[in-house]
Amino acid sequence: MRNRKMAALTTVPYVIWMALFVVIPLVLIVVYAFTSKAGGFTLQNFSAMGDYAKVFARSLWLALAATVICLIIGYPVAYALSKMGPSFQRTAIMLLMLPMWINFLLRTYAWMSLLENTGLINTFFDNIGLFDLINKIALSLASDPSAYQPIDHFQMINTQGAVILGMVYNYLPFMIMPIYSVIVKIDRSMIEAAQDLGADSVTVFRKVIFPLSLPGVLSGITMVFVPSVSTFILSKLLGGGMNMLLGDLIELQFMGGAYNPYVGSAISLVMMIIVMICMTVMNRFGDGEDQAVML
Amino acid sequence: MSEKLINLENIHKDYGGKVVLDNINLYVRDKEFVTLLGPSGCGKTTTLRIIGGFETPSAGVVYFDGKKINDLPPHKRPVNTVFQRYALFTHMNVYDNIAFGLRIAKVSENVIKDRVTNMLKLINLPDYAKREVSSLSGGEQQRIAIARALVNHPRVLLLDEPLGALDLKLRKEMQRELKSIQQQVGITFVYVTHDQEEALTMSDTIVVMNKGKIQQIGTPVDIYNEPKNAFVADFIGESNILDGVMHKDRLVSFCGKNFDCLDSGFEKDETVDVVVRPEDFEIVPIEDAQLVGTVKSTIFMGVHNEIMVETEDFTWKVHSIYNAEVGDKIGLFLTPDDIHIMHKS
Amino acid sequence: MKKKSTFSQRLLIFLLFFFLYAPIIVLIIFSFNSTKSRSVWTGFTFDWYVKLFNNSAILSALYTTLLVSVLAAVIATIAGTFAAVGLFNMKKRPRDILLQINNIPVINADIITGVSLCVLFVFLGKIFNFKLGFGTLLIAHITFNIPYVILSVMPKLRQLDKNLFEAAQDLGCTWMQAFTKVIIPEIRPGIVNGLLMAFTLSVDDFVISYFTAGSVETLSMRIYAMTKKRISPEINAISTILFVTILLLLIIINVRQAQQEKASARKRAEFENR
Repeated sequence: MRNRKMAALTTVPYVIWMALFVVIPLVLIVVYAFTSKAGGFTLQNFSAMGDYAKVFARSLWLALAATVICLIIGYPVAYALSKMGPSFQRTAIMLLMLPMWINFLLRTYAWMSLLENTGLINTFFDNIGLFDLINKIALSLASDPSAYQPIDHFQMINTQGAVILGMVYNYLPFMIMPIYSVIVKIDRSMIEAAQDLGADSVTVFRKVIFPLSLPGVLSGITMVFVPSVSTFILSKLLGGGMNMLLGDLIELQFMGGAYNPYVGSAISLVMMIIVMICMTVMNRFGDGEDQAVML
Repeated sequence: MSEKLINLENIHKDYGGKVVLDNINLYVRDKEFVTLLGPSGCGKTTTLRIIGGFETPSAGVVYFDGKKINDLPPHKRPVNTVFQRYALFTHMNVYDNIAFGLRIAKVSENVIKDRVTNMLKLINLPDYAKREVSSLSGGEQQRIAIARALVNHPRVLLLDEPLGALDLKLRKEMQRELKSIQQQVGITFVYVTHDQEEALTMSDTIVVMNKGKIQQIGTPVDIYNEPKNAFVADFIGESNILDGVMHKDRLVSFCGKNFDCLDSGFEKDETVDVVVRPEDFEIVPIEDAQLVGTVKSTIFMGVHNEIMVETEDFTWKVHSIYNAEVGDKIGLFLTPDDIHIMHKS
Repeated sequence: MKKKSTFSQRLLIFLLFFFLYAPIIVLIIFSFNSTKSRSVWTGFTFDWYVKLFNNSAILSALYTTLLVSVLAAVIATIAGTFAAVGLFNMKKRPRDILLQINNIPVINADIITGVSLCVLFVFLGKIFNFKLGFGTLLIAHITFNIPYVILSVMPKLRQLDKNLFEAAQDLGCTWMQAFTKVIIPEIRPGIVNGLLMAFTLSVDDFVISYFTAGSVETLSMRIYAMTKKRISPEINAISTILFVTILLLLIIINVRQAQQEKASARKRAEFENR
């Protein structure tokens, strides 16, 4: 008992710190969200968001697309990984996590140089004569050959596709890891029991492995969706600034020309609510949190 | 030196209103092996922790050698503890674990070396000094934990279910070993267990506890033969317990019959608990029997059979070498000293 | 799991790693390219590295990053370890509430953590008359590091024998001695992991620093400024250096862990063989 009290005392500085730098800032965001420039209570900040409906829609849409793609790629990869030899798995997991430790900006920058009009991919296509071939075919099919504009590159950078690619590239390991860690933990005897009861391998997957891996899937979805919906640099670097996202909008209100922390707070609040909804859905299905923490 | 080395007076303990210990009075003599025995949640471990200094009583006084020690923190008490799961320090080897207390007390390394070496001999692990504790078996860890406590020459060694994690065979072995260690080093042991057999074989004195109260204090023989109430009778060994009426001194009736017994001092026609040990029945021809019943089941238990005999009012558990068949009618006979009468609690 | 991978599964994993690593490898290769071209190989050079080490803006950003990361990691590790021990000994109800709050910076989007701290610092700055700078940056880093330290120390505490602390006291330790001589050494792996994690997170962070650093610049902020201008093989050079550093760090950590696991597996084997 004595020890408990002594030990609890050691948390006092921590509690104060967390209150001051975690709780109060979030409270301030909520307060600011309902404060007008003059200082009074207002709902204006939220109605002002109407102007940005397009940005909201785009953010949600791109993040959703990236999440779905990550799931479609990530699940089979996680499943395949779980069937590899143990030492291979160990190395593969490390290799999977390694890019995550490289600065996000650099990872994105790597794609910039690949996707550029004069970048490596376009140069490669050019060198193998792909554009000549396309031009020839197009020219022969064109009704008015003189009006045909020959192409010398694919437009890849500064498109929504590039932004989605950036999200998938940056966050794919966050989808694979939790699914993988749930699948490898599935008790082998449970699969054997299912086989013993007459299930073939498809049924085993459908009735045993997939349901048991669902917590991992949900965790993965959140871990991809949350950073995707809140990113603020990807769109600048890969989307060419034309595909502004929520994160960019917030940045603009705090750091950019449109300085308005009140509207910025309102947008942040909405984003926080999106994140919270995500978390609630995930937590309802249980132990996803542990995996989130693992990373 | 006072007769009572440790003395607990009117100890109460509650956690946020939940009473864990209710008026505990108990003393431990020097060099005695005392066992606190009871089911889980009876307060035996809390009592031990109060002696060790890990809990403070809500009310009451703890005396050690005549001095009040209620507020003395654990590291200043001349007692050492062997914990349930040993609580060995996994970042140290065996030697450093045993030497830990002496180093804290700033004993010189030469002395430490002698004392640790002697301890390792005492616990029959002389070559284990350099071993990592996590490489040891449960029984070995147990001995290291005992050595780590004993090396400090405590006046009292507190043991909290130290054998609970061991398998049956090892437990028997360690019981003997613990008793012999206690006799060799000649210090007081206060031992907590829920295993009645362990308590009966090792202790000088047994304190039976239930629901935060002391039920009975006595020698193993007293407690087994003269349980004070139905709880003790039931907890120590197996018992048949049923209601009876005490008509007068040395005459009790149950199952619609009068029986002679040895107990006296009850009120006239007081309702009492009647306790009969299963091994005290004699199986006799029906014409000589006091009770006649039908065999409901019989299980071979090794040295004896456990026969369940149903009479009109009660089903008796009988231990006997007699081979009965289910459905047989058999007669049971009790002598007066087989019948134990207890106040209703 | 049935341990049998098919060809298509192996191909899938190969493609995944190709997708993950090809951009990084291209990035590294072109850090040695003699011209600024990022698509045509023109010859080998170390020029960009030389330039990098003569670039005072980058060097000072690197210095800031290392300083803030070391300070934040050390402070967060000390504070987090004490806090974890305290939390561990609390009653369930308040502990669960505090752990929920502890998880906020982990779960929340970085940008919100950054923006909310920015709002707080600006707000307090007006009252106490200070500007965003190294101090606020450090506070922000400590704030997002502490939860990770706690999350890596707590499981170690949970593994401890519940009587360990009392055993130390029983053998004569005061509260503080029991803490430093027994508890800290027993949970050391968790503390070291927390420290490494905190340091790496700090070095890697861009978003939170961006909103809390004011006029001070960290390495990732410098990189951001450079990527906006797009072409500069110096960025490739930084990437290469960081990549190699992190690779080495991770290898060291993994080898350490593998050794620990092997050691404990060996002990377990010994134990079971008797």
